[in-house]
Amino acid sequence: MSNHSSTAAKDTHAGHHDAHSPEEIQKHVRTYLVVFVALGALTAITVGVSYLDLPPVKAILVAVFVASIKASLVALYFMHLISEKKVIYVMLGIAGMFFVVLMALPVVTETEVRSWLRALLMKYVP
Amino acid sequence: MSAGHSHDHGHAHDDHAHGHHELGFIRKWIFSTDHKVIGMQYTVTALVFLFFGFTLMMIMRWQLANPGHVIPFVGSMLSKQLYAGYMNLATEGVLLPEGYNALGAMHGTIMVFLGIVPLAVGGFGNFVMPLQIGAPDMAFPKLNMMSYWVFLPGGLIMLASFFMPGGAAQSGWTSYAPLSVINPGQTAWLVGMIFLITSSLLGSINFIVTIIHMRAPGLTMFRLPFFVWAQFVTAFLLLLAFPPLEAAGVMQLMDRLAGTSFFMPSGLWVSGKAAEWVGGGSPLLWQHLFWFLAHPEVYVLILPAMGIVAEVIANNTRKPLWGYRSMVYAAAFLGFMSFIVWAHHMFMTGMSTKISTFFQTTTMIISIPSVIILTALVISLWGGSIRFNTPMLFAIAFLPMFAIGGLTGLPLGLTSSDIHLHDTYYVIGHFHYVVAPGTIFGMFAGIYYWYPKATGRMMNETLGKLHFWPTFICMNCIFFPMLIQGMMGLSRRTYDPNIYQAGLASLKLHKMISWSAWIMAIAQLPFIFNFFVSMFAGKKVTENPWDSTTLEWAAPSPPPHGNFLTEPKAHRDPYVYSPPGRKDDFLPQHVVLEV
Amino acid sequence: MDVAIPCQVKPHPVTGIANGKLAIWLFLASEVMLFGALFSSYILLRTNAETWPRGHDILSVPLATLNTAVLITSSVTMVMAWAQLMMGNFSKGRKYLAVTLSLACVFLVVKFFEYKDKFHHYQVWFNTPTMVAGHEVTTITGHIEEKTDDFIKFLPDPPKGHKAEAGHHEPIKIETSQIKRLSNYGPWHSNFFAVYFTMTGLHGLHVIGGIIVIGYLLGPGAKLWHRDRQFYINRIENTGLYWHFVDLVWIFLFPCLYLI
Repeated sequence: MSNHSSTAAKDTHAGHHDAHSPEEIQKHVRTYLVVFVALGALTAITVGVSYLDLPPVKAILVAVFVASIKASLVALYFMHLISEKKVIYVMLGIAGMFFVVLMALPVVTETEVRSWLRALLMKYVP
Repeated sequence: MSAGHSHDHGHAHDDHAHGHHELGFIRKWIFSTDHKVIGMQYTVTALVFLFFGFTLMMIMRWQLANPGHVIPFVGSMLSKQLYAGYMNLATEGVLLPEGYNALGAMHGTIMVFLGIVPLAVGGFGNFVMPLQIGAPDMAFPKLNMMSYWVFLPGGLIMLASFFMPGGAAQSGWTSYAPLSVINPGQTAWLVGMIFLITSSLLGSINFIVTIIHMRAPGLTMFRLPFFVWAQFVTAFLLLLAFPPLEAAGVMQLMDRLAGTSFFMPSGLWVSGKAAEWVGGGSPLLWQHLFWFLAHPEVYVLILPAMGIVAEVIANNTRKPLWGYRSMVYAAAFLGFMSFIVWAHHMFMTGMSTKISTFFQTTTMIISIPSVIILTALVISLWGGSIRFNTPMLFAIAFLPMFAIGGLTGLPLGLTSSDIHLHDTYYVIGHFHYVVAPGTIFGMFAGIYYWYPKATGRMMNETLGKLHFWPTFICMNCIFFPMLIQGMMGLSRRTYDPNIYQAGLASLKLHKMISWSAWIMAIAQLPFIFNFFVSMFAGKKVTENPWDSTTLEWAAPSPPPHGNFLTEPKAHRDPYVYSPPGRKDDFLPQHVVLEV
Repeated sequence: MDVAIPCQVKPHPVTGIANGKLAIWLFLASEVMLFGALFSSYILLRTNAETWPRGHDILSVPLATLNTAVLITSSVTMVMAWAQLMMGNFSKGRKYLAVTLSLACVFLVVKFFEYKDKFHHYQVWFNTPTMVAGHEVTTITGHIEEKTDDFIKFLPDPPKGHKAEAGHHEPIKIETSQIKRLSNYGPWHSNFFAVYFTMTGLHGLHVIGGIIVIGYLLGPGAKLWHRDRQFYINRIENTGLYWHFVDLVWIFLFPCLYLI
């Protein structure tokens, strides 16, 4: 096993040398720090907005929007989804489809939810 | 992951035959990381659970056929008060309503989660799939072992719940809230389920990685045997559909143990008293989350059986599967659609007509891929010189049984006819036709078919036929009358059918069903005998006793740890039977043709 | 294991990744469905509820903000550990890993104090509207100072927006016969707290899981670096993916439970 693995490791190293050279990683590190600052700023924004006592719907929209940006930053840069292999995108795409169905679960099937949504639409869509 | 072992273990594959004798009994048979041993562990455990679940049902059948009569043989045993606060299932030999409910809930749970799924996925998937793709083992052998050792405690907790204070779960295998939150015994069920879900999660990840990464050279996705495809789709269903039930299970556990009200509505009264829960929860939420899993679960039950049947049919008709590609696409489409049909179990919950129309439509659509697979299998029989051996008998019997099961499902998927049939014996008849004569016949076909690969010996054909015919007849005598009873209006969870006029009229059918069930139990004796005795007395075989083409038959029978003596390569499609211009009527995937 | 498993360290020639990475992503896909079901339930319960408290009013936003910062920082240190190991700096990588581990522990400690606070915070519902501090109310919140069979001595919370003069309010005595319901802010209090404790609790379990794995890779698991460097880096990367996911879940939990 050990022989096998170490040769494998060497192969990998050779194969990946271009994409993962120390200079390349240094660039990554700079990106991480920028993302870190952005995440901090967005956290400050979302907490700050919550003290403004916006009406519920607006507050929810802002909070979820900011959270989505933060989550995207983590997923794209820390989890390297910005440059991932195809197979991972395919797997996540499949999971994503079913995730959408799951999140639609309360929306499509509860009568109260639907009337609530309708009221919301009547209020905000002219 | 093999990081823990630094010793080099003979990569020259010739070493395999005698390179593993240092493994002790415990590492080889108990805590084994070999996918074949784990597969056999799953198979034997699941068969024991299946038999146990069947026994529970035979006790229930006594009550239905002879309401209020003393249960023979086990009546006094079930009436024993083991300790103060122990919930015995019967008093003075007569089954109690609570006992009936507990038996019903546990029968369903055991059959689905401890019997069929572990057998179809844990057993057959584990044993056959890596062999069929030409892999030395699963991608994560230790994870594989863990998956079994998480499954087993889950199952044992379920069984032990019969002896815990409050008894076993009594709210049906669906565990609808609020009843399930109030009833005693449910906590053990939930804890057991969390173990089982974790186990199948570990298993499904392992399956997907193995199928994507460990196929033999030349074995492209469209050269995979259909069984592997079925396991692949099944693994995705397990991976993505089970977590919502795990979440729901955690919430129900919170409702029971921490007094939360996820599924408890406001203003609930229990036994004439206002319930302690604060309320505000939604009982429908449980149903949604449960069926979000449990509908894909139906396809987890049926897809592996379809896979096995496809293998056996291709092999025994001696011709390639008809429409292999359309079967693969149909299986994938089936998996996808299974996530958007769940609410057809809930037409009676007062959902709006628009939503029920949506789910009615998706339900009709999902019948199309099932029909495609079934049709392809039926057409595959056409013009074949069929060998009617035991696995083939079970595989052929699967086709009409599954067809009846599927077609009887259509009236349940249509809202207007579902109003009449909902929660009657018709439903029981319908899904048992899919799962019992359907899936279980597939499983039997698989056991007879791959037994020589696992043990190196054949099972006895005469005993096999003695097993098949009475089982086939009894299955139909059990489940067909249920369809009639359901149309008569008999409610599915009735403890005593005499309390309704409709029930009274159906009592004769109940007697017929019960007698058939007991006769079917006797018909399993040749199988049990055959299964154990053939291990020592069966006819010895070489690696390919069925003249089959897929890669598992290139390994020795039984295959050693590491499976193949030389790394197999796939040179062609999986089912090249009766190729023109050759002496043999089969051309295995791994055979190199000399030009 | 005695059987050589292909693609354990080396990327698969077609997919371009090793087994572990594919597996961890599949695991995360299932985790998405797990937390998705909980979020979905949360939406359903909240939209069906007649009233739903704003987390802002009854939970501690400052503590949660602190925890958000802690978790985001730990995510950065985790990815930095990976980057350092990729550049061959074993000791630096280990240091970052250690920082990640301690931040994870800090998160749990803060969480512990948040939970503890909730279990000591009570709400009283009266049988009939009662005068408290010059207002007729049906329910008050605060802390119990003394409890007997006949009465409780209750220190009410200062009215909202008057936190500056918190020193001025006095404990009041409430007869047991006046009380319709008395509950602390545990999961049984209301559906809000049921959701809060279930979701943060499950998230907390994931943090504990992360601590165990990171702890292993920092301690006994680190030997692998000297034997098979790439394998160790793979493991760090996969653990990192899991850890970032735990962070990502918190990024949604924080606004959904505390801010809106």
